[in-house]
Amino acid sequence: MSNEPDYEAGSYVGEDRVVGDGAPGEPRTLRREVRGYLLGLALAVALTIASFWVVGTNEVYRPGLAVAILVLAVAQMGIHLIFFLHITTAPDNANNILALAFGVLIVCLIVFGSLWVMSHMNHNMMTMDQLMRMQR
Amino acid sequence: MSTPALRVAHDPVFGPPEAARRAISGHGSGGPAPKRIIVGYGFWIFLLSDVIMFSAFFAAYAVLFKNTAGGPSAHELFDLRNTAVQTACLLASTFTCGMASLAVGQRSQKWTQLALLATGLLGLAFIVLEVREFSGFIARGAGPGRSAFLSSFFTLVGCHGVHVSAGLLWLGTMMAQFFAKGFRQDIRHRFLCFSLFWHALDIIWVAIFSLVYLVGSLPPELLP
Repeated sequence: MSNEPDYEAGSYVGEDRVVGDGAPGEPRTLRREVRGYLLGLALAVALTIASFWVVGTNEVYRPGLAVAILVLAVAQMGIHLIFFLHITTAPDNANNILALAFGVLIVCLIVFGSLWVMSHMNHNMMTMDQLMRMQR
Repeated sequence: MSTPALRVAHDPVFGPPEAARRAISGHGSGGPAPKRIIVGYGFWIFLLSDVIMFSAFFAAYAVLFKNTAGGPSAHELFDLRNTAVQTACLLASTFTCGMASLAVGQRSQKWTQLALLATGLLGLAFIVLEVREFSGFIARGAGPGRSAFLSSFFTLVGCHGVHVSAGLLWLGTMMAQFFAKGFRQDIRHRFLCFSLFWHALDIIWVAIFSLVYLVGSLPPELLP
């Protein structure tokens, strides 16, 4: 394998650049690329182990477990976006970042909006046995 | 060549004269983007729309989570060891998919095919585990028709499984195309889309294993 890759290939959403270390314009070498993926894998594995560990342990404040799992999941999604999908904050990635931000906004609206509306609905609705009693 | 635009020595907004000229001619500050960037951006938009579809399934699951209709709850059903192995398979396959990207960058047929084969086998193992889990649930009378909770569970996780299965078919055609046609530019662009798709599926799986399996397996009194 030569050490001067042609980067019309990888999982780069935007412009080609090195992830993690190096200023823009620094040459991308295969070794540095592999290191980027390995670092991403190591971080993802660590976060996965952490979230499985947190479920089965008593070390963590138990009522906060669901929130802890959520935080670890969001962190791992960020790791995947940076190291595997290669989303960066560079100006040439502005379109991708904007689209991502809009997507996150819609996702939050759908999920939290549904939960909010439906919890109010449940609160205001008669329970099923009350309804049955009325029909008698 | 004495157009006013060319006399911009170093425009603070558009940068050096060449970029400024292109900006003023209406091609954006960097000129028209290369095809690869446009392909990646278009596919990124599709992936985000896919994520929004999944978020609707997540919302439905979160709303219906407690509606077990007297049937088994998440806490009684889920086997976290199975989920852990599935997670390991998918995470490893996302890594080998990244390695395949690098091999394509190196124009190495051997490493491309090997990395894609590993990706496919790990993805297949993931699907086999998921089918086994689902058929186990159905055999215990916890099929998608049992309760609203199970309907939303099977829809959400099954939809991800269908995506992975479709990704496996796509992966097979990518291997065949690289083998038969070599590293042509259009095929590299298809592979770019495939690798983005595969990485995005792993991101969705992170949400599923955390919010569906791990949170679901918590004892009910710990749930919000």
